Amino acid sequence: MTHYALRRLASIALILLLVSVIVFAAIHVLPGNAATLILGEYATPEAVRTLEREMGLDRPLPAQYGSWITGVVTGDWGVSLAMKQPVATIVASRLRNSAFLALAALAVVVIVGIPLGTFAALRRGRPLDLAIVTATYVGISIPEFVTGLALLVVLAGPSVGWFPTSGYAELTSGVAEWTRHLVLPSLTLTIVLLAHVVRQTRSGVADVLAAPYIRTARLKGASTRRIVLRHALRNALLPTITVVALDLGYLMGGIVVVEEVFAYPGMGRLIIYAVQNRDVPLLQMCALVVASVYVLANFAADLASAWLDPRVRYS
Amino acid sequence: MWRSPTLAAGGTILVVVIAMGLAAPWIAPYPATEQHMLDRLKPPGGRFVLGTDQYGRDLLSRTLAGARPALALGLGAVALGLTLGVPIGLAAGYVGGRFDDLVMRVVDAMLAFPALLLALLIITALGASTVHALLAIGIANAPGIARIVRSASLALREAEFVLAARVRGERHFYVMFGEIFPNVLGPVIVEATLRVGFAIMAGASLSFLGLGVQPPTADWGLMIREARQYVFLSPWPLLVPGTALAVTIVAFNLFGDGLRDRVGAA
Repeated sequence: MTHYALRRLASIALILLLVSVIVFAAIHVLPGNAATLILGEYATPEAVRTLEREMGLDRPLPAQYGSWITGVVTGDWGVSLAMKQPVATIVASRLRNSAFLALAALAVVVIVGIPLGTFAALRRGRPLDLAIVTATYVGISIPEFVTGLALLVVLAGPSVGWFPTSGYAELTSGVAEWTRHLVLPSLTLTIVLLAHVVRQTRSGVADVLAAPYIRTARLKGASTRRIVLRHALRNALLPTITVVALDLGYLMGGIVVVEEVFAYPGMGRLIIYAVQNRDVPLLQMCALVVASVYVLANFAADLASAWLDPRVRYS
Repeated sequence: MWRSPTLAAGGTILVVVIAMGLAAPWIAPYPATEQHMLDRLKPPGGRFVLGTDQYGRDLLSRTLAGARPALALGLGAVALGLTLGVPIGLAAGYVGGRFDDLVMRVVDAMLAFPALLLALLIITALGASTVHALLAIGIANAPGIARIVRSASLALREAEFVLAARVRGERHFYVMFGEIFPNVLGPVIVEATLRVGFAIMAGASLSFLGLGVQPPTADWGLMIREARQYVFLSPWPLLVPGTALAVTIVAFNLFGDGLRDRVGAA
């Protein structure tokens, strides 16, 4: 297990390094450099050159990348151009807010999705299964900003007003207020994620139920409840762990749109702010942090799978 | 096609959506950008079958016209993704070894970005416009496609017909595109179809964020962006394009899933 973890960790380190190169390259190699991005297209060439010198953009790209990545590793994440604050400070608080959102959504998804998928698999081909499958299909196909706005109209409209239409409340202003602000954005994220997890669990459980060892258990006279809980779910949920981890990647993209809809101050909204203000240092770090969270989540999922299923370790 | 209900349902809706997009200028009751200032935010009924938006523009006409940028962006982005991803995947699978390792590491690293984030990075460098949105989403799709093509062609690397072609002394380029590619086409087509739906969604998201199609073009994502402010006064400017978007994406997903069952690909 330790050997497997170390081997995976080495490849993770390499991937994170490549991720940082891609973030840097996406902004610096494509036409249009950071100085022109900041000053806009009507800037005089002199102004652009002065800013380039100040920002060190006149140096060769590998040297620029080198000093950037050294800063990232040593904890110097630079200063946001638009907010005039250290990037690390901004990202830390926004990342925390997004984590609340993502974890709330993930928790609901796991608690509701796995039983729902198992239920559908047990009733395969019956009306309830068809209803669940259809609902997941629709859930996957409606963009988050449509679901979010629809929820907003129904649950936060002036006539209902159960939830605030936007914003965020600090925990210091009370748990109830904090929760009220979390509900609509996390519910929006939940809808798409739920569809993924339900589908994966359904097909996982259905596959396992067809296995010979389940028939053996049945012939031994085990109850359906025991078969599902003790025999089927253990094996059926392995792929679900991977799907949940992959969904974290989706969540990271989903928060961009959902946070914008609900004006929720998290990483997603910060990214949009950075793009709109052409705040290159901020955007680079946001992208790097989001991608790293995703890579590490997948690493955690791999470890969990390997721990639960010894076969994974040796392949 | 009619034996598979998913394929038939998806295909039928797609034909309707494409036909509506193509025929929009002739079948729409009003020009897509014509404003009727006395009829703002009208509910469906009367002169405006599906209601009007905040400038009194006819929602039906705008939604019909909006099928064009959505389909163009979805199909265009996936075509670009295929153009970039297929050769990379074929080469990695065919050459194998160190080259494959290197290419797949880069692909893995690119897949660590949510597609929308990768698109946003590219948009930041290029600036917001319809064409840039297409480029960004196309590039963001390439690594995923490369991965599928690579694993499918890796399995064929030692196949007899491939070895035979190499013994005949065919050029590598021919072996990859003439021998291996036709045999991985099934999974590639399935993957591409499913990706069109997601590309349309990503394009609409960019437009919704103000980073894709620019006003006053009739585009579903942009229409929803504009509807946002008035959503408590009238939900129709949100619901009409939102439904069109969802139905189109469902159709591509149904069609893709139906194809997958047909082709029998993973």
